[in-house]
Amino acid sequence: MCTVLEPGQLTSVQDQGRNGFRAYGVTTSGAMDRLALTVANLLAGNPPTSAALEMTLRGPRLRFSQPAFAAISGAEMQARLNGHPIANWSSFAIPAGAELAFDHVTSGCRAYLALHGGIPVPTVLGSRSTDLRAHLGGLDGRIIRSGDVIPTPRVPGPMLALALPPEMLPSYPSEITLRVMIGPQEELFTAEGIATFLGQPYQVTHRNDRMGFVLDGPKIAHATAPDIVSDALCPGAVQVPGSGLPIVMGSDCQTTGGYAKLATVIGPDLMRLAQSKAGDVIRFASCTDAEAVQALREERAFYQYIESAVHQLRG
Amino acid sequence: MPLAEPTLQMLDCGESALVVEFGSSIDPAINARVHLLARRLAEAAHAGILETVPTYRSLMVFFDPLILSRTALKQIIASSCSAPDEIHASAASTLTFIPVAYGGEFGPDLAFVAQHNQLSEEEVISLHTSTPCLVYMLGFTPGFPYLGGMSPRLATPRLESPRQTIPAGSVGIAGAQTGIYPVASPGGWRLIGRTPLTLFHPQAQQPFLFSAGDYLQFTRISATEFSQIHAEVAAGRYTPLRRPLPQGGDHVHGA
Repeated sequence: MCTVLEPGQLTSVQDQGRNGFRAYGVTTSGAMDRLALTVANLLAGNPPTSAALEMTLRGPRLRFSQPAFAAISGAEMQARLNGHPIANWSSFAIPAGAELAFDHVTSGCRAYLALHGGIPVPTVLGSRSTDLRAHLGGLDGRIIRSGDVIPTPRVPGPMLALALPPEMLPSYPSEITLRVMIGPQEELFTAEGIATFLGQPYQVTHRNDRMGFVLDGPKIAHATAPDIVSDALCPGAVQVPGSGLPIVMGSDCQTTGGYAKLATVIGPDLMRLAQSKAGDVIRFASCTDAEAVQALREERAFYQYIESAVHQLRG
Repeated sequence: MPLAEPTLQMLDCGESALVVEFGSSIDPAINARVHLLARRLAEAAHAGILETVPTYRSLMVFFDPLILSRTALKQIIASSCSAPDEIHASAASTLTFIPVAYGGEFGPDLAFVAQHNQLSEEEVISLHTSTPCLVYMLGFTPGFPYLGGMSPRLATPRLESPRQTIPAGSVGIAGAQTGIYPVASPGGWRLIGRTPLTLFHPQAQQPFLFSAGDYLQFTRISATEFSQIHAEVAAGRYTPLRRPLPQGGDHVHGA
């Protein structure tokens, strides 16, 4: 197990999400950056679905009472093991009694700590993800606090430490372009409003969390009233309330909502949204269904490549 | 019930979801089409369809586009919508009885709702238990039902400032809607009573008391009965009273 000496800014247990219960109003939760979670799991010798710690802006300080094997990924949080720097996007052994400390992010927003064997908190509705609003999953449905004891699995034996090759490392610039598919309710906006959304930069405000990102920038004009009869919402949905300023939904987005939705950020680009923070600039570019599906295919191929490379190296 | 209407639209929600929209209003007949399509897709269990989310007037379908293309999914939906009607073939939804202790500590706003609508408290209770309510959809928090069918004579505006905590099981009114809080949460609804039933039990085999498309019937219980049922629920010995309803959206009128 490991003891939380300092919790960091917002650290929670997340896996690939609580799927299958949206029809009952249950938010999926899950890692905001599924690519970083998947890669950390693969480097740690886990299936992609294992639960890990998601750390936001500033990471925790943890004391391990027994040996563990870990991997880190995502935002650069200057990890140190007993004071020695640890490379991001790599796996490493943690000896008993060691302290693993993270600091502020120097690039990106969310980092992941995967432990070999996962984080064995109980599953709730099929997932270990923390649903912070409904208080489900993770550690009693909440973020981690100082003094918490996080269960860690026993390591079977020595494991090969691995690192992602430099050319495969994602980068997190402060200006990004997210691909969107227009719809579902684009007819509720004027042509000018849609052109504004696709042509102008937006800035991430401080009102950003796992639920959604409120953006600031040129107002998007509605053709009619901004409110609709509530319908279903999914991560990536771009809601535009009466203010004309877009809100891009994240992993903790509620299952239903009543604002008109102009576009949807494609799944493979949600990891870049997850790594943006207040002050960053986002531009939106329209893409076709075929382009979005191709991007998803490339994302899955990336996982397969890493999985088979890890398998070959570990034998 | 013809599912394939000229008003039916299939709208894109990113590469892994689409929404099938049957209309733009809150209408039990439109909602019945949503639930019928959800049921047909669930029964057919097509590879690549991951989950569906019924709402008032549309169904969101999540799918894996590397297993099932959008074009193929649209064809499946179109043929599901034009499949022959099996209106009498099976019971489509369930009526669940929700016992409620009205007034007093259970419903601190009962007197306000009565006064606002120029009714006696007894009349409010009688109207609230008079007709079944359709669960149009679930959302907001796990297991929270968006209900239709409450008598318009009970419509009452929300509290001006919401309460910090509302106990789980609270039954309230907001505008023309009535609802139940499945878990303790802040809220601005006028509270008229409380049910001792647990609407959301994450670790149970059946985590939810009802599904979207079901009907609820509020029934009046005393404070003593509330305590009894509450104890039975806590001990896992209470079975809610249910009966099947034939398919169709004409049990209640609009919200």
